[in-house]
Amino acid sequence: MSEELICITCPLGCRLSVDRQPDGGLAVTGNRCPRGVKYANEELLAPRRVVSATAAVEGGAACSGNPGGLCAVSRLPVRSSAAYPKQGVPELLEAIYALRVSLPVSRGDVLIKDFKGSGVDVIATRTLKRVE
Amino acid sequence: MKDLTFDSVVIGGGAAGMAAALELDRAGFSCAIVEREEALGGILTQCIHNGFGLIEFNEELSGPEFAEKIEERLAGTGITSFTGATVMELDASGDIKTLYCYTGAHGVMRLSARVVVLAMGCRERNRGNIRIPGDRPAGVYTAGLAQRLVNIEGFVPGKDVVIIGSGDIGLIMARRMSWIGCKVHAVVEILPYPSGLTRNIVQCLHDFGIPLYLSHLTTNIVGRERVEGVEITPIENGATRYDKAFTIPCDTVLLSVGLVPENELSKMAGVELNPMTNGPVADSMLMTNVPGVFACGNVLHVHDLVDYVVEEARRAGAHAARWLKGERPKAEARVKAGPNVRYCAPSRVDLHAANKLYMRTLIVKNDATLEVKVNNRVVKSVKKNHIQPSEMIAVELGPKDLEFAVGAPDPVVELSIS
Repeated sequence: MSEELICITCPLGCRLSVDRQPDGGLAVTGNRCPRGVKYANEELLAPRRVVSATAAVEGGAACSGNPGGLCAVSRLPVRSSAAYPKQGVPELLEAIYALRVSLPVSRGDVLIKDFKGSGVDVIATRTLKRVE
Repeated sequence: MKDLTFDSVVIGGGAAGMAAALELDRAGFSCAIVEREEALGGILTQCIHNGFGLIEFNEELSGPEFAEKIEERLAGTGITSFTGATVMELDASGDIKTLYCYTGAHGVMRLSARVVVLAMGCRERNRGNIRIPGDRPAGVYTAGLAQRLVNIEGFVPGKDVVIIGSGDIGLIMARRMSWIGCKVHAVVEILPYPSGLTRNIVQCLHDFGIPLYLSHLTTNIVGRERVEGVEITPIENGATRYDKAFTIPCDTVLLSVGLVPENELSKMAGVELNPMTNGPVADSMLMTNVPGVFACGNVLHVHDLVDYVVEEARRAGAHAARWLKGERPKAEARVKAGPNVRYCAPSRVDLHAANKLYMRTLIVKNDATLEVKVNNRVVKSVKKNHIQPSEMIAVELGPKDLEFAVGAPDPVVELSIS
């Protein structure tokens, strides 16, 4: 039985039909270019996603703007340093939500190193200072 | 009252404002950015998802990263940034423009400049704009407001969500809400096709099994104190099938029904707006009808990529610097949106310079042709693999393309798609 897939490599959005072969390979039709085959293979055999979320900061309010200014920043945006296996995303999110990041923090700081031996880190995506 | 004078003032400290200011500074003009938020970066600071910067930085970044990388370019320049400062009044009637700002740090502040760059961005259309009938309970948010609450302030606006409109912010929020443990029950779209990118349909809806109801109208929001459900009605062959209406229970409604350039200050300054874009009518220098007032980014027209915003803003800043040096276009042609084109920005091209135009189409089509006519003569024809209204199309027109317009009375450049 074929599986239906929309290729998202470019805006054309080819509708792919994929059949799993006895040898484990995939037979792809409906693609207008070779990137469709690559996409189908990645998406069906080892799908990955970049995960972006926010983490709690220790001590609450933080701001990268005016010192002493009104500020309601209370979450630190973070993301995975690379795409992470899709089925493990809920586990990765749980680890991110369990973080309590102490300030200051700089963009690019590694908050979780090599999650579950995947080679993927969780990094801060914003610089936040401590507000006294 | 604090009273300061600069060569130029940029209103808005998002990607557009920063990029325009950098060009003015580079050309040797003093420049101040006025930003109402406490930090620079604009809307990017709440767009924590990935996908920004492929053109500008050649890598995929989240919004806050993109904003910070642009902001870092301000270091070591002469640019003055006023954050937490809201421009309340813009008087652009004279050679010297005056801005009155409210600030936490300095009280009321007056800024004077020969050039003002409008870079205020856009805001979301809300329930009033699309007239959804029903009660007025708590729990109805625009998608961008929910995004700010979740990503910056750390509030979860509800548990069971229905999203009205399939714009990209709504799709991104469908994934975000799912990832914080909410249940997104549906995305409802009045049109027969989604208005967001396919990529977001796949990764933000399909990944979570969220149904997308195309050709469905929201006919009621139910609930007295808090949202209790949304009634949606299918549209079949142009008829609203009230007999087939059904209600999806939920406690939260997010609206992702389009963006409108924020031009209150522009109007105050006498800037003429284009009803198709809701942004200023701009000439080939990205200058409005008010001399010395320029516009760029989402306040000019709503873009789909911040990379394009930065590119356009850089041109606006560079043009503003040239204008300050006394340069003016020698001859311009009017740009007209022809068949299947919703709008083009800017509204004029310089016959003797390289021009870049952004446009949006009205149709979805594969293997389309973009045609440029100068005074009814075809001068350029470009093949496009795929076009759709949600994706902006860029066109470059140089002196060679425009030579037929030179010397002609009231020359017109018409862009059309077939």
